[in-house]
Amino acid sequence: MSDMASAITPREREEAENLEQREFGFWLYLMSDAIIFALLFATYVVMTVGTAGGPSGKDLFSLGHTFAETMTLLCSSITFGMAWLAAKAGRKQQVLMWLMVTFVLGAGFIALEISEFAGMIAVEAGPDRSGFLSAFFALVGTHGLHVSFGLIFILVMSGQIAVRGLNHYSMSRLFRLGLFWHFLDIVWIAIFSIVYLPGLL
Amino acid sequence: MFGKLTIDALPLYSWVAMGGATITVGGALLVMLGITYFGRWRYLWVEWLTSVDHKRIGIMYIVLALIMLLRGFVDAIMMRSQQAFALNSDGYLPPDHFDQIFSSHGTIMIFFMAMPFMTGLLNIAVPLQIGTRDVAFPFLNSVSLWLTASGAALVMISLVIGKFSTAGWTGYPPYSGIAYSPDVGVDYWIWALLISGVGSTLAGINFVVTIIKRRAPGMTLMRMPLFTWTALITSVLMVFAFPALTVACAMLGLDRLLGMHFFTNEAGGNLMNYINLFWIWGHPEVYILILPAFGMFSEVVATFSRKRLFGYKSLVYATAAIGLLSFSVWLHHFFTMGSSENVNAVFGIATMIIAVPTGVKIFDWLFTMYRGRIHFHPSMYWTIGFIVTFVIGGASGVLLAIPPVDYLMHNSTFLVAHFHNVIIPGVLFGYLAGFTYWFPKAMGFTLDERWGIRSFWLWLIGFYLAFMPLYVLGFLGMPRRMETYNVAEWQPYLIVAALGAVLVLLGIGCQVMQVIVSVRDWRQRRDLSGDPWDARTMEWMTSSPPPAYNFAVIPTVEGRDAFQDKKEKRIAYRRPERYEDIFMPKSTGVGVILGGLSFVLGFSMVWHIWWLVILCGLAMLAAVIVRCFDDDPDFCIPAAQVEATEAQRLEVMALAEKPLQEAERDPAFATQMLPGRTT
Repeated sequence: MSDMASAITPREREEAENLEQREFGFWLYLMSDAIIFALLFATYVVMTVGTAGGPSGKDLFSLGHTFAETMTLLCSSITFGMAWLAAKAGRKQQVLMWLMVTFVLGAGFIALEISEFAGMIAVEAGPDRSGFLSAFFALVGTHGLHVSFGLIFILVMSGQIAVRGLNHYSMSRLFRLGLFWHFLDIVWIAIFSIVYLPGLL
Repeated sequence: MFGKLTIDALPLYSWVAMGGATITVGGALLVMLGITYFGRWRYLWVEWLTSVDHKRIGIMYIVLALIMLLRGFVDAIMMRSQQAFALNSDGYLPPDHFDQIFSSHGTIMIFFMAMPFMTGLLNIAVPLQIGTRDVAFPFLNSVSLWLTASGAALVMISLVIGKFSTAGWTGYPPYSGIAYSPDVGVDYWIWALLISGVGSTLAGINFVVTIIKRRAPGMTLMRMPLFTWTALITSVLMVFAFPALTVACAMLGLDRLLGMHFFTNEAGGNLMNYINLFWIWGHPEVYILILPAFGMFSEVVATFSRKRLFGYKSLVYATAAIGLLSFSVWLHHFFTMGSSENVNAVFGIATMIIAVPTGVKIFDWLFTMYRGRIHFHPSMYWTIGFIVTFVIGGASGVLLAIPPVDYLMHNSTFLVAHFHNVIIPGVLFGYLAGFTYWFPKAMGFTLDERWGIRSFWLWLIGFYLAFMPLYVLGFLGMPRRMETYNVAEWQPYLIVAALGAVLVLLGIGCQVMQVIVSVRDWRQRRDLSGDPWDARTMEWMTSSPPPAYNFAVIPTVEGRDAFQDKKEKRIAYRRPERYEDIFMPKSTGVGVILGGLSFVLGFSMVWHIWWLVILCGLAMLAAVIVRCFDDDPDFCIPAAQVEATEAQRLEVMALAEKPLQEAERDPAFATQMLPGRTT
């Protein structure tokens, strides 16, 4: 019996290869998404001068607010890492717990971002005010939109693990969701360094 | 309730537009009536629309491309006839309508003719060439197809409801901004491109993974057929270039919808950013389209010259070099933007450098033919016609790459002549060669050669008549996209160009005849052997059309030209010791549902029907989530059934004389494979 279980059938090898292909495909998707962000960054940098007499980054950004956003998102990446470690160890309840913590942190980040955007729009610094602000809202908003989709899929993922447990498929999906989540973290670090820091310094 | 949509959206402004709308709606209704009359809806849904089989998806892509080719060509001949008569007169097309026609002609030909044609041929040939049973992500493949079809449907419905863009296929702001184009035309254009662009990005990812990860054992990178190589480089370009189009279109959409200022004249906008972003996608796009065509020419020329491809390695390196360089020349589309001399010079030189690897390829094809035993099949006609014509287009391209020359020729009909002179022979002739070449593989019977050759000559002569005068007109100073003009000197050239378009029309007629005649005689034209051209690569090893699983046993590759190698070693048709169960992906309706929803989403975005936008968005999300829970997407074809299918294939092959004789020389074949047959 144990021999039977340890021998890999061609079908099992095919399935394993299939999951590996999905992971490679997901890396490619992330690379094409990275191009989207790269072009949004380039547009932002070019348009920082296009304030059209309106407010610039110095007038609008707040270091404290940005710091809070950054910490929430970075912590959510750590907690996702903990979820992955728990999944590797096969501890389903812990995975679900860490995913929930990640979700709360991610939702907190989105709440902070919405409050920032709302504050800017309230002082007539919305995306239609100037080219600079259009570029700002598009770049940071696209990141926020990605995080929001990430949140939806953290819920979907949790549901799947809760119902089906940790099998090959859900592990592979969790891995890919993790890639996505950490990727957004890296993008945020770029946003912090290219948008907020130069804007404030 | 219906946003901006009112009864005024119907094209009652001109009889020509009304006619177009009537034909579109009538044609669609006629097809649906036909399907209903023959009771084929169920068959269509089960066997085709929900299929995730790469061969069927490929065929559907090509059907879409051919329909859109007709539409795009109607636009072309309308423009040519308008310009032939419009000296000091308004012609028969009002300016607003003429502008829609040149915009939709370019948009359709690039995005909804060339792209689906290319993706379709990739789908049919690549998995077979590398000896696998399907692409890496069959479901995603179906999604890509239906997103592309949804974009095409948006362009088509703009004929009937509202208007199409008048801003040209490139949609440059500020004209395409809300201030100068307040109607829905540009929005149709944006949403058609956004939706089909996502489809193309996904298709690119799919084929990179397929080619990198799913090659048959023994097929190293340098043993891949050249078409697969070009498919790989093209897919890489698709993954990296299409995001730029998505970004450019999304920003233009935000400007129009939310009053943002990316590309406006006022409030800190900068329209040149758009032009940069657009061409960061746009130049690689040229190579996305042409590299697979180069791959098709390479397959065709080797097969019909009965020789190994000359300079395989140099062709691979040239393809890779072109792929890399394609990202470094985008600025040559707007030298007149006014960058410094040095910037223009760098991009001019980079552009000229691309001519080097391209030239290498031309010589490789010529040397492949040199001392070969050439069979003048229609695909070979297309190839030779391409080589001769493309060199002229390439030369005019090098001319335009010189910035001072470009300052003179920019936006003239010389430019129009140039890019048609590379795209028609380079891309379209290539796809038509590939279409004729792989038709029997996909459909199981060959295409009539006489009608194919007639069509070739009409296309070729028509092409020269239609576009050589445009070079001259460019020198005479005629700008592109003129609805009317008052220079009498131009008219004779424009009349010749219109005649050229008529010849191309006859060429298309011959192609329609070719398909009709071939379908009529399909029983005589059946490809029983699976290898009608005595070809060299593995797609010809399996039957035509291949079974759902392509190969009963995944072949092992021992050299370049894997199938030729096996034929020479007489092991091409050897039966395996035993068959195994094969697992194939199940059909799913989620792809076509996502495509349909994205169409409605795009339509309601165009008309600002917000409740429908939200509804479609949620429904798409739900469909994706449901699909996420499908952990059992495969079904099993039992070994016994595989064996039966293969045995039947051998019986059919026995009817085809040539390969059988070939195979009978292999003693193993004669004794093992045809027990009932006395030799």
